[in-house]
Amino acid sequence: MNDVSNRALSNLDLETPDKTYLDSNELVINMGPQHPATHGVLRVILKLDGEKVLGTECVIGYLHRGVEKIAENRTYTMFNPYVDRMDYVAAVSNGLGYCEAVEKLMNVEAPPRAKYIRVILTELNRIASHQLWLGTHALDIGAMTPLFYTFRDREEILKIFERYCGARLTTHAFRIGGCQYETYAGFEKDVKNFLAFFPPKIDEYEALLTTNRIWLERTKNVGVISGADCIALGVTGPVLRASGVQWDLRKAQPYAAYSEFDFEIPIGTNGDTYDRYLVRMAEMRQSLRIIEQAVNGIPEGPIMGKVPKVIKPPVGEIYHSIEAPKGELGYFIVSDGSTQPYRLRVRPPSFVNLQALDIMVRGLLVADVVAVIGTLDIVLGEVDR
Amino acid sequence: MAEEVKSPAPPPPPEGEKKPAAEKPAPAASAAPAKPAAPAKPAAPAKPAGPVPVPWTSPLVEKYRSQYGSGLEAQTYLGQNYFTVDRSLIPDILRLLRDEEQFDYCVDITAAHYPKREKQFDVVWILYSFPRNERVRVKTQIADGASIPSSVSIWPTANWLEREVYDMFGIQFDGHPDLKRILLPDGWKGYPLRKDYGILQQDKEWVQINLGIESGQ
Repeated sequence: MNDVSNRALSNLDLETPDKTYLDSNELVINMGPQHPATHGVLRVILKLDGEKVLGTECVIGYLHRGVEKIAENRTYTMFNPYVDRMDYVAAVSNGLGYCEAVEKLMNVEAPPRAKYIRVILTELNRIASHQLWLGTHALDIGAMTPLFYTFRDREEILKIFERYCGARLTTHAFRIGGCQYETYAGFEKDVKNFLAFFPPKIDEYEALLTTNRIWLERTKNVGVISGADCIALGVTGPVLRASGVQWDLRKAQPYAAYSEFDFEIPIGTNGDTYDRYLVRMAEMRQSLRIIEQAVNGIPEGPIMGKVPKVIKPPVGEIYHSIEAPKGELGYFIVSDGSTQPYRLRVRPPSFVNLQALDIMVRGLLVADVVAVIGTLDIVLGEVDR
Repeated sequence: MAEEVKSPAPPPPPEGEKKPAAEKPAPAASAAPAKPAAPAKPAAPAKPAGPVPVPWTSPLVEKYRSQYGSGLEAQTYLGQNYFTVDRSLIPDILRLLRDEEQFDYCVDITAAHYPKREKQFDVVWILYSFPRNERVRVKTQIADGASIPSSVSIWPTANWLEREVYDMFGIQFDGHPDLKRILLPDGWKGYPLRKDYGILQQDKEWVQINLGIESGQ
């Protein structure tokens, strides 16, 4: 039994099938791992009483690639593209967190122009990530139209990424010490065009959903979590803010150039799926505000800081985290003075947030599980790493 | 929320936050003159210019030092504060940090493996306090095979984090409600993030049995 046992059998409460099926109304079923509403290969074991959820257990790891072990066998520079493959819908954020962590470990800073470029691209990526969340989340709940709208508009952001660095999704946009590429001719115009183009589109999404009766029925008072529970469970990002805790690392412990911009932290009150929807919609508008200030105030100057060709941080440890679209994304790096990290730990927001699924869905219906997985905005590439 | 009410009057400003401001110019200034010499003697002059951990002083540290004496060391490196704590003090320190010092958010629990040391593992808790807007790390060393008290009762988020540490390093957490592998299959052999775990032959047996192929490489 200790040998190679099937995870399914060890996790399920099926030793007494008679009891499960006959004596009570409890039923244990599998959702996933291959299920369109789990946003990847997530398996959730549901314990049901009729349609009511009594408890869940997440089985994860199907996408585990051993990113942290890979890091120990690569140089700091070589590992940079790997971080894009964790939260692949917000690759720019991952890269920003990693580059800043290594910079901090080396005690260098990116020049101001690089920081501004980083902010613009990261905020664009936040919008792209929220768009993908909105499209798929609405699709899960049964609204198909928003998916087409959000993917249509996300294309504009991906085009900017493509023109900037040649890649659309796994961008590898930043380097340790700054940026590899100067902005292309017309970059600012493209970004400004997007700033004009996008606000009416958010209005369009909101027109489809915000007061839509089906949407309200499916999201109001669904998956409620309190601010105190969020903190106890380590849940961060829009989920925490929708529960009324006004906390955003961009304000609390500013990194890159965020201290120079004026923006607000939208919060919710009820901590339900609808509030999380409102918070993310408001965040997209705030991101536009940040981008506007950044693109108008972008300074001239070098885009690479004074870093050596061979990245060799001194012996020491560092933890650095950023506000990724999903929450606090942290990197804990231990350097032994060589060109490869001795230990690199990624603190993934999706992994920690997913832990809250169980308490959020207890007592709800099976169909609501789909809504809650969507509203947590997890990316399995990051959960499993 | 209670967090917001408290935040306008932050208790003792984070000492660590001030230090980097005072320190940062120093390494930068010393790095600049070192640059011209670099081509002649690459790498060698750059090393001593690196920052070193300095003792971390704050009321919090004083309090704990008088309480626990030599079992506890407090340092600051690059503006980040950390405690190095004797293993026996871990449950006390963690609980006090949450209950009395408002470190209400356990950001991460992780470990690092040093196979040549007698106590092979570093276990690290990364904590954050919403009211104080301050981070602290707690670090301890344990030997292979030794266990460590679980902190699930202090921060529920520790559940999955400790499972991952167990999964990757084989460190046992006493009192964990459900300590089992989380990312790897239950039948997996070995603990991949240990330094002595080879990356090339690790899954041969597993793929032979489960997938019926010779090797996963």
